Amino acid sequence: MTQATLSRRGFLAGSGGLVLAVSLPLRGRAQTAAGTSGFAPNAFVRVSPDNTVTVLVKHLEMGQGANTGLPILVAEEMDADWSQIRAESAPADVEKYKNLAFGIQGTGGSSGLSNSYTQMREAGATARAMLVAAAAAEWGVDAGGITVEKGVVSHQGSGKSASFGDLAAAAAEQEMPQDVALKDPSDFTLIGGEGVLRTDTPAKTDGSAIFAIDVYREGMQTVTMVHPPLFGATVASFDDSAAMEIAGVTAVRQVPSGIAVYAENTFAALKGRLAVTVEWDESAAETRSSDEMVEEWLAAARTPAKATSAEENGDVDAALSAADQVLEAEYVFPYLAHAPLEPNDGVVEVKEGRVESWIGSQFPTADHGALSGILGSDPAQTFVNTTFGGGSFGRRATQGAYFAQELAHVAKAAGGDGAWKLLWTRENDIRGGRYRPLTVHRLSAGLDADGNITAWDNSVANQSIMMGTPMEEMAVQNGIDATSFEGSTKMPYDWPANRVSWARMESQVPVLWWRSVGHTHTAYATETFLDEVLAAAGKDPVEGRLSLLKSDAGRDRGVLERVAEMANWAGPGDGDTRMGVALHESFNTYVAQIAEVRDEGGVPKVTRVWCAVDCGVAVTPDVIRAQMEGGIGMGLGTALYSEITLGQGGRVIQSNYDGFRVPRIGDMPEIEISIIDSTADPSGVGEPGLPPIAPAMANAWRSLTGNLPRRLPFSVATS
Amino acid sequence: MSISFTVNGKDVTVDAEPDTPLLWVLRDELRMTGTKFGCGVAQCGACTVIMDGTTRRSCVTPVGGLDGADIVTIEGVDGPEAEAVQAAWTDINVPQCGYCQSGQVMSATALLQVIPDPSDEEIDNAMAGNICRCATYARIRKAIRQASDQLEA
Repeated sequence: MTQATLSRRGFLAGSGGLVLAVSLPLRGRAQTAAGTSGFAPNAFVRVSPDNTVTVLVKHLEMGQGANTGLPILVAEEMDADWSQIRAESAPADVEKYKNLAFGIQGTGGSSGLSNSYTQMREAGATARAMLVAAAAAEWGVDAGGITVEKGVVSHQGSGKSASFGDLAAAAAEQEMPQDVALKDPSDFTLIGGEGVLRTDTPAKTDGSAIFAIDVYREGMQTVTMVHPPLFGATVASFDDSAAMEIAGVTAVRQVPSGIAVYAENTFAALKGRLAVTVEWDESAAETRSSDEMVEEWLAAARTPAKATSAEENGDVDAALSAADQVLEAEYVFPYLAHAPLEPNDGVVEVKEGRVESWIGSQFPTADHGALSGILGSDPAQTFVNTTFGGGSFGRRATQGAYFAQELAHVAKAAGGDGAWKLLWTRENDIRGGRYRPLTVHRLSAGLDADGNITAWDNSVANQSIMMGTPMEEMAVQNGIDATSFEGSTKMPYDWPANRVSWARMESQVPVLWWRSVGHTHTAYATETFLDEVLAAAGKDPVEGRLSLLKSDAGRDRGVLERVAEMANWAGPGDGDTRMGVALHESFNTYVAQIAEVRDEGGVPKVTRVWCAVDCGVAVTPDVIRAQMEGGIGMGLGTALYSEITLGQGGRVIQSNYDGFRVPRIGDMPEIEISIIDSTADPSGVGEPGLPPIAPAMANAWRSLTGNLPRRLPFSVATS
Repeated sequence: MSISFTVNGKDVTVDAEPDTPLLWVLRDELRMTGTKFGCGVAQCGACTVIMDGTTRRSCVTPVGGLDGADIVTIEGVDGPEAEAVQAAWTDINVPQCGYCQSGQVMSATALLQVIPDPSDEEIDNAMAGNICRCATYARIRKAIRQASDQLEA
């Protein structure tokens, strides 16, 4: 199979190498960086005379494997040797590096690999074609007789061979091909292969990987923040006299988000932060506690008039009235912090009108705009260097580039030229909002006398992540923010009648997408409730699900059957350990998991997990497995321990990892993963491994104890 | 005040307030950035170094008490255990975001220096103070077992 071709291409030769610009669409041409021996990093592929091939990665590497997955697509079509490949984060440049699924440069929605799949392969295929053309011209042979294998270009008839580095300068002189053929998947040698060393593994093993926190600039000041104790509170007045007494503290300034403390070193900035006294205006702040919000959210979920219909098939009310048996359940999910191990941080340097920044930037286009907008700098003289992100799980991408805004305000309030590192403490992070929304679900199901499900009714109440933010126009349709309940709609099961409704709740607590977004709660509510309904009908959890699957739900069926086979499923069991199953698709990736659970002092201990995943073509199987493992660990630990709680008056109770408990090594089960063979276009894996584990664990726990936790985390439900 | 100690075998003398945590001396003064800040209260282990043979959370270790101490950081950790650990880490592709991994490597190395053939329980206990928010724990366990096997071989 030959795939699509590019309509326009540009390339530019420099001194001794080859740069290709094959972005889609392409406006203008790639440019050389004056005075460098290579080429400007403004395209996807850079071949250097030293025979390294650098792939410019347009997505943030935050652990999910972007700096391996995208380069492997290029290397595959180039027939490069994996060891000659280097990955480099692309600069902020929306024209060249936009996410084809978003229209802006950004990483999210498990879209990194899927939107790059054809684009990166075409970039590699084009590079290969030009290297081959250069070799043909140089050797005076027909290009058709040239082969490329592991980075070596050779011609059998003449016995000639050359490396990419040898050919780089000549390749740059070749015509950009109008059409390039992409490999048939059966010819892949790197894609789908095992034993691939991630490009970022060595630097992340010896401490040399550079995150934003590791950037130091000449004369740089470190800045910490004092944020309001209540969401929506603002600074009324502040006293910096004690802070200014601290050696090393140089200034204290008010910025829109709070008080900024500037110092010559980090420790002084941390001490200064604690020494500032602030009077807050709390008149417009959120003062409700989580408990009070839960009651309001539940009241809304129970009142159909307050909800908007998100999906409706058949007459649910009539079907429920006619049912032989009706089951009902209500669920409560807390606010959650992402708590990536590297807190929000970034460096900005202002020098004679030029603004340069270093951020683990998940939305470079938005961060770039925030910096130039607030600092009044020429966008062409404003630069975002994307460093590694020390975890994110959604936290480094916000609807309005709020961290970059704060960074810009810190520089602006200091005034003039200089360099500043803004570093949040863990307390800023845990108490800083941008949480997974506090959410309640109310579910009802009707069964007929034969145990068939006749109606499924799911009402969700939570805040909207998108509405009232700069993302609203792009993400909200007909007054409905689908991220609030995604995963409860478009289920793979065939109900005679079903309805999903959503009640939008409001609060000053800012909310954000958290690894798998709506699926963090919808998978738990739907898959545990379904398990109970099947049990009420006397049906096996796996068999019951299989019999409910729609005829077109082949990929759901595939992962469910595979995982049952892996775990030798024979029902939940009846001994001291039990099994629970869950099936959930998110971001077009299908995942089924079975958890083996025992009771350890009244708390579930997950000992083993089996996981089957269908994400289309498996580009890097080891990265897919890593993401499933990480999703399972994060998902089960979150369900066991994690919550952000607003106490009486609206203050966040937790402040660090002691209160906001996250999974540790002892929580990690043994995990076995199977990837379904598929020729479907690849879909993402950063998020889909997470949603099924909590319901799988809970279903096993219900089998063991008869108790299904309906208010997460388990540590609250079981205490 | 002026404090002298060794970092990765080299003598260093720093002029710092005595309550300054070692973490910030390493990073801000010595510009050794492999040791990370994650929590500031010894909850996450990202700042783990080896001091006089045992792991220390450098974010809560005041530099004022370190006169004469021997500090090893990720930049200088070596010896058979460290080599085996880092080789296994690379072979298994343990890191995801990588931010915690300096601390993980230091804790794993210190474990194998004391217990060359740790049980799963000993691994879990020794590594309990190191959070990996990406939850690479399954591979951390596997890599420590592999490093241990290699040391035994």
